[in-house]
Amino acid sequence: MTTKVISARFDLPDSHRIETYVAEGGYNALRKALGGMTPEEVIEEVKRSALRGRGGAGFPTGMKWDFVPKDNPKPKYLVVNADESEPGTFKDRVILERDPHALIEGILLGSYAIGCHQSFIYIRGEYWYLIDILEQAIAEARQRGYLGRDILESGFDLDIVVHPGAGAYICGEETSLLESLEGKRGYPRIKPPFPAVVGLYGCPTAVNNVETLASVPPIILRGGDWYRSLGTGKSGGTRLFAVSGHVRKPGVYELPMGYPLKKLIEQDCGGIRNGKRLKAVIPGGSSAPILTAEEAERATLDFECLAELKSMLGSGAIIVMDEDTDIFKACWRMTEFYEHESCGWCVPCREGTRWMSKIFERIHCGEGRPRDIDLLAELSNNMFGRAHCPLGDASAWAVEPAIRKFRGEFEKYLRPPAKVAAS
Amino acid sequence: MISEKANQQMDQMIARYPVKRSAMIPMLHLVQAEEGYLSEDGIRLIASKLDLTYMDVSNTASFYTMFYRRPMGKYRIQWCRSISCMLCGGDALREHLESRLGILKGQMTPDGRFSLAEVECLGACGRAPMMQINADYYEDLTPAGIDRILESLK
Ligand SMILES: Cc1cc2nc3c(=O)[nH]c(=O)nc-3n(C[C@H](O)[C@H](O)[C@H](O)COP(=O)(O)O)c2cc1C
Ligand code: FES
Repeated sequence: MTTKVISARFDLPDSHRIETYVAEGGYNALRKALGGMTPEEVIEEVKRSALRGRGGAGFPTGMKWDFVPKDNPKPKYLVVNADESEPGTFKDRVILERDPHALIEGILLGSYAIGCHQSFIYIRGEYWYLIDILEQAIAEARQRGYLGRDILESGFDLDIVVHPGAGAYICGEETSLLESLEGKRGYPRIKPPFPAVVGLYGCPTAVNNVETLASVPPIILRGGDWYRSLGTGKSGGTRLFAVSGHVRKPGVYELPMGYPLKKLIEQDCGGIRNGKRLKAVIPGGSSAPILTAEEAERATLDFECLAELKSMLGSGAIIVMDEDTDIFKACWRMTEFYEHESCGWCVPCREGTRWMSKIFERIHCGEGRPRDIDLLAELSNNMFGRAHCPLGDASAWAVEPAIRKFRGEFEKYLRPPAKVAAS
Repeated sequence: MISEKANQQMDQMIARYPVKRSAMIPMLHLVQAEEGYLSEDGIRLIASKLDLTYMDVSNTASFYTMFYRRPMGKYRIQWCRSISCMLCGGDALREHLESRLGILKGQMTPDGRFSLAEVECLGACGRAPMMQINADYYEDLTPAGIDRILESLK
C-alpha cells in the first residue's frame, strides 16, 4: 500500500463537507501554524518538504513563497490556478469536487506564509458545477471561523473569492491568468518581473496550482521531512497522476514521486486495453514530449528522470497509446489544439502553429511534399524558445520529438513519387 | 432584458474585487445566463457599471470561447476533440452524434434545440469520450448512450 496524502478522503461519504474534513483532522495544520509558527517557519517547512508545483512547471513551492517580498507595503495576493486545461489533465477537478477543504486549508497556510489577506480561486468556466461546491465549502469555513476576520483568534484575516474563467487554455499560464483576473484579454505578460514581485494589480502575488496547495496541510502537520521521504530526494511527496488513453482502468492515481511508469500502466491501470501492446506515452500533459514504449519501460515518475529522458512530468497527465495509435494523427490533433489556443499575440506561435496545422492537413490528404516532415521539425525547432510565452514551446514539443522517434508514422502518409511511365 | 435581480447581482460582483474591472467575466457570464447570449444591451450595461467603453467590454469578451454573440441552441453541446477523447474513439462518435442531430459541428438544428460545437479538453479525459451539454458533463460515451441522452432532452 502506498501512502495516501491528497486522496485520503476522496472516497469518504460527504467528503466535500466540513464535518467530514474536520473529523479527519482537517484544519489542524491551520491551528498549528496560527498557534505557534511564524510565516517564515511555514515557508521553511514547505521548503524542507521538497514540494514542487503540480501545475506544470514544477517550481519549488517554498522558494516561490520566499520570493514574495516581506517589506513591500502593497497588499499581497495568493491566486489559485484551477484553470486545469492541459489536455489529459483531470486531477484538480477531483480535489475541487471531493476535498475542497483541503484546498481551502492550503490557501490559508500559503496566505499566512506570504502575508495575503485576499485570495482568488481562478477556476475554468466549464467547471461550473464545481463553483457551487467551492462556494459552499468557503461558506462552511467562514461559519466555523476558519475564514474571515481574526481567524481562530490569531489576528490573521483572510477571504477567498471564486472567479470563473471563460474558456481559454492560455489563461492557465500564470501571467495570462492574472490579466484575465483583472478583467482583460488573457495575453501573457513578459517575465521578469515575476508575479511574486509584480502580480495581480501590480502587487506581489503567488500563483499556485490546486494540488500544490492541497498538499500543504499534511506537510505542516506532519513535517517537511516526512513528506519529502515519501518521494525522491528532489521531488518530495506523492502526487496525483491522471491516466487516460488506452488503459483498462483510466483515472486519477495518487502515487509517490519516483514510481515506475511501467508499474502504473501495467498494475495500477490494469495494462493496455484489449490485450494490445504499448506504443507510446505522453507523460505530463500534451505539452510533454512523447516517450517510446522502450523509454516508458524505464521511466520513473519524478522530475529528474523525465528531464533525463528530455520530457517532463508537467501536470502529471499520462496519456497512453496502444500499438494501433496513429502517431501522425495524434500529433496533428495536438497541433490543432495549440493553433486554436494560441492567444495570437506573438508571430512565432500564432503563425507557426497555423502553418504546422496546414502541413499536417496536406500530408494527410495525400498532398504532402517529400520535405514536409523535415519542415515540420524545422518549424518546431524555430518556434522553440522564440515565442512570447511557453505555449509556443509546448506546441513544438508536441511535434518534433514525435517526428524524431516515430518518423515512419509520418512517412507512411507521403505518397511515393509518381513514376513517369516510360513510353 | 436584464432582470432587476441580475442587476443587483452585478453590483455584488463588483464589490468583491479591489478593482472593478475584475468583475467583467463573472458579469458577462451572468448576462449570458440571462439573455442566452451576450446581447448588446447586456454589454452596454456592463460597460456603464465598470466605467468602460462598449468596445472595451466587447473586445475583452471576444477573447473567450465560452462567450457568444448570437443565440445558441437550447441544448448547447460542446464536444471534446482533444487528444485523450480522440484516442478513445471520439471522432467516430462525433459523427454518430452529427447524424443523429442532422447537423455538423458548428451548426444548430433548425428548431433551435441543439447546437453543436467542438471544443478542447474539458478535464474528463479519464472517462473519454465526453461532451458537455449546457453545464452538465456526459462521460464514457457510446453510440447507444448518446441516443439515450438525446432522447432524454426532447
Ligand atoms: C500554456 C500554459 C498553460 C498552463 N496551464 C495551467 C493550468 O491549467 N493549471 C495550472 O495549475 N498551471 C498551468 N500552467 C502553469 C502555470 O503557469 C504556473 O506555473 C502554475 O500555476 C504555478 O503553480 P505551481 O507552482 O503550484 O505549479 C500553465 C502554463 C502554461 C505555459
Ligand atoms: S481530452 Fe477530452 S476531456 Fe480531456
